[in-house]
Amino acid sequence: MFDYETLRVIWWMLLGVLLIAFAVMDGFDLGIGMLLHYVARNNEERRVVINSIGPVWEGNQVWLILGAGAIFAAWPDLYAISFSGFYFAMLLVLFALILRPVGFKYRSKLHNIYWRAMWDLGIFIAGLVPALCFGIALGNVLQGVPFYLDDMLRDFYTGSFRELFNPFAILCGLVSVVMLIMHGGVFLAIKTAGNIQKRAIHAAKICALLTILLFAIAGYWIVFKIAGYILTNDVSHIAASNPMHKQVMLQVGAWINNYKNYHALLIVPLSAFIGALAVLLLTSLRCYRLAWIFSAIAISSIIMTVGVSMFPFMLPSITHPEMSLLVWDSSSSQATLTIMLIASAVFIPLIVLYTGWVYYVLRGKVTQDEINKNTNAY
Amino acid sequence: MISLDVVQLSRLQFGLTALYHFLFVPLTLGMSALLGIMETVYVITGRTIWRDMTKFWGILFGINFAMGVATGITLEFQFGTNWAYYAHYVGDVFGVPLAIEGLMAFFLEGTFIGLFFFGWNKLSKGAHLMVTWLVCLGSSLSALWILIANGWMQHPQGAIFNFHSMRMEVTDFAAVLFNPTAQAKFVHTISAGYVTGAVFILAISAYYLLRGRHVEIAKRSMIVAAAFGLASALSVVVLGDESGYVATENQRMKIAAMEGMWNTEPAPAALNIFGIPDQEHHLTRYEIKIPYLLGLIATRSISKPVYGINQLVVEAENKITRGMKAYAALEILQKNPDEKSAQIILADYQNDLGYGLLLKRYTDKVIDATPAQIKQAAWDTVPLVAPLFWCFRFMVAIGLFLILLFATSFVMLAKKRWENKWFLRTAFYSLPLPWIAAELGWYIAESGRQPWVIEGVLPTFLGTSSLSTHSLITSLSGFILLYTFLAVVEIYLMVKYIRLGPPSLENA
Ligand code: HDD
Ligand code: HEM
Ligand code: HEM
Repeated sequence: MFDYETLRVIWWMLLGVLLIAFAVMDGFDLGIGMLLHYVARNNEERRVVINSIGPVWEGNQVWLILGAGAIFAAWPDLYAISFSGFYFAMLLVLFALILRPVGFKYRSKLHNIYWRAMWDLGIFIAGLVPALCFGIALGNVLQGVPFYLDDMLRDFYTGSFRELFNPFAILCGLVSVVMLIMHGGVFLAIKTAGNIQKRAIHAAKICALLTILLFAIAGYWIVFKIAGYILTNDVSHIAASNPMHKQVMLQVGAWINNYKNYHALLIVPLSAFIGALAVLLLTSLRCYRLAWIFSAIAISSIIMTVGVSMFPFMLPSITHPEMSLLVWDSSSSQATLTIMLIASAVFIPLIVLYTGWVYYVLRGKVTQDEINKNTNAY
Repeated sequence: MISLDVVQLSRLQFGLTALYHFLFVPLTLGMSALLGIMETVYVITGRTIWRDMTKFWGILFGINFAMGVATGITLEFQFGTNWAYYAHYVGDVFGVPLAIEGLMAFFLEGTFIGLFFFGWNKLSKGAHLMVTWLVCLGSSLSALWILIANGWMQHPQGAIFNFHSMRMEVTDFAAVLFNPTAQAKFVHTISAGYVTGAVFILAISAYYLLRGRHVEIAKRSMIVAAAFGLASALSVVVLGDESGYVATENQRMKIAAMEGMWNTEPAPAALNIFGIPDQEHHLTRYEIKIPYLLGLIATRSISKPVYGINQLVVEAENKITRGMKAYAALEILQKNPDEKSAQIILADYQNDLGYGLLLKRYTDKVIDATPAQIKQAAWDTVPLVAPLFWCFRFMVAIGLFLILLFATSFVMLAKKRWENKWFLRTAFYSLPLPWIAAELGWYIAESGRQPWVIEGVLPTFLGTSSLSTHSLITSLSGFILLYTFLAVVEIYLMVKYIRLGPPSLENA
């Protein structure tokens, strides 16, 4: 079907698509988790907020599971090195994510304020920790991660958990947090009314501003402070995957080389700003659906910016730059990429179709009346 | 060299979290089908009691489902966090079914489970019924794909080692899909799930009848559970036998260990129903045998022998020497990929490369292994015999007992003997049995393939991430704390809602 080089590029893009799908579809669930205590002050309000995503968050979360599965299948070394290298960060995310299904399902099963307060806290943590950790992980990837490979291609991570929390990485973590709160706030603006809606819009606006500000600071940092990676020899785009055959150099500001070479790419980071600005404007105009779309555009662009800046690097090694993972030397075999592409081409449209139907069935605002009628509501 | 503590701890962590996940999985599999059946009856007959039944059992299903989802993510993450070299070495093959599981199964389950609970007032009867069956379909497909992945670990076919990328790569995806081991596992495991769902509903209905509460719902539930359960219990046993047959072909060491059989039995082999395996002295004491039976079950013939552990160890020794040749060729190719003679040697011997890797436990170089080390590595291919032997017998005993239970239920219900206390108590106290059998089954399947994480291809001790013992102790403690807390919460809620019974629909 496709040649190996094309397949690798397609899977690099699909990886982006899946991460974006996760951030856009599950992102508002995480954002709403973080907003829970702020927008909803009593149990009735909390139930409205939680039930606004009650029927859909579970399907949304599968984007994360699929993302992990697809990285495993298409970029096995990326999966192996990042998950084992960021061991405790991943476990933190995992523990937080474990709290979510049970938090939603169990909070209204007992009528006891401490019980509910406990699970509400769980839902908040389950929103904050993944958002923060994923941002921090990306921040570290941008700077390079301390790992090397031995002659059997076994990977060794030489960094520590504490080192993950460096200033730039924390900044990236904050970008991720504020953009998802913005996204969740806008979703609540669509789904709720009254006080909850008012507070949600307020939070969305503040976070849209913060997104612009923090993203700009991160951009400045990337251009003037952070060493990017440059490939200095020709690497075959069609050879079997083995990350040990290249030379790499570090240079401050190198992550913007792709934009220098292709000016049109500047549209990607720019639309992050445009998206967030549009959210500010459109929420003031009460066009919440449109605002949600622009919020999704902002999030997508922020994630794409990372990918486009780093291409063809996927996971740079700061201690052994010549062992960094590239799009060209860390993918699965051609056969696997082909099979996975066929499977995705069949099932992703189907998923979009039936997910769309479910959102259609559940359209409209969530009200207290409705929640009280449904014995299964959270 | 790799620290064996890290290996043991990684195995412990994976094993515990997987066994924990599988506490919830079978109930999801079984109950989603049973909910589908109940709701179908409702839609066909229009009697609202069947809708109430679906809703009531649905509450318990939901409490269980949340835990199934929460604990499944752990397993998916762990292939990367704790089995990094495994992910590198076989991700090209193994990752595919895992990713397709997400695409095909988890989305179906995850998307429609929300509508199952929130859609009662928003959907027509027919549409809601479809949603329920889609959830059931999703969970069955998820079992199918994960077992294709697991079947490949037990019997890796359709892939070949690529020395350029130092890993296994897909050559024949159809062979991965239509792996006989995967098929046998799928049918056995999914019927185990159905049995679990049926026993759950049977036991709790029996409890209501004992107390004389919710009698109408309990009686009807019991009928559904008994009929469905009888069919599934029969298929668990028949298909379990199929698992054994497939394993005889492909995992002879596992079968020999399950049977505590140290020496090849001349055909047709006898079945051991009792014995005390002694790993150290390579024999099984106090055996009680039934002539012919094992030969019949395991080979389906009276002329094929069933191999014993001692003979299989000799075979492993030969494979290890061949594996050393493959490894030597690989070392040459790493320096000079174009070396023709080494390519030919590797092609000839690569099926045994995994056996060569077994020596990594004793020497990093592999090719300098002494005869004593080779012998030691060959004996490493024997899993722990006594636990396998006993777990297998307990699982089978439970399987036979459950057939008896369902057959009795069937007769009792047909005769409308609802008040027989003795029968109702037995049904109630059988509640934990399917879980015990399923956990034992997984222990047999996974521990029986040791020392391999991919049978014959990758030794378990090589599969781990390069983490420190300290990290593993921390993470394992974290899992134990969190999971214990969740287990307490889950059991508390289950018991509370079982006690409340169907009236919980009104005041939830
Ligand atoms: C025979 C069946 C079976 C087996 C052997 C496994 N699972 Fe499982 N899994 C299911 C059957 C299942 C299920 C029935 O589909 C679950 C259980 C309850 C549920 O909600 O879905 C599920 C949930 C579930 C989820 C959450 C899905 C969601 O959000 O809907 C993940 C990520 C996994 N599993 C992953 C795994 C991995 C990586 C396994 C192997 C080590 C594994 N499962 C073994
Ligand atoms: C949910 C059902 C499962 C249960 C209860 C289960 C149980 C276990 C147990 C008890 C062990 C430890 C074995 C030992 O060290 O002696 C183990 C190991 C392992 N299993 Fe499973 N397993 C399950 C499903 C799977 C599936 C479907 C896969 C792959 C798709 C898998 C992959 C592994 C791996 C990678 C290990 C670690 C290496 C090893 O010790 O062999 N397991 N499992
Ligand atoms: C007479 C009854 C049974 C027989 C002969 C039987 C046979 C087997 C065999 C041979 C295996 C190992 C397969 C392998 O790894 O190669 C197995 C595994 C397993 N058994 Fe059973 N079994 C029986 C009853 C049951 C029951 C009652 C349950 C649960 C309700 C159960 C659940 C499992 C599970 C979950 C596994 C692991 C998955 C797999 O390997 O298929 N079994 N069984």
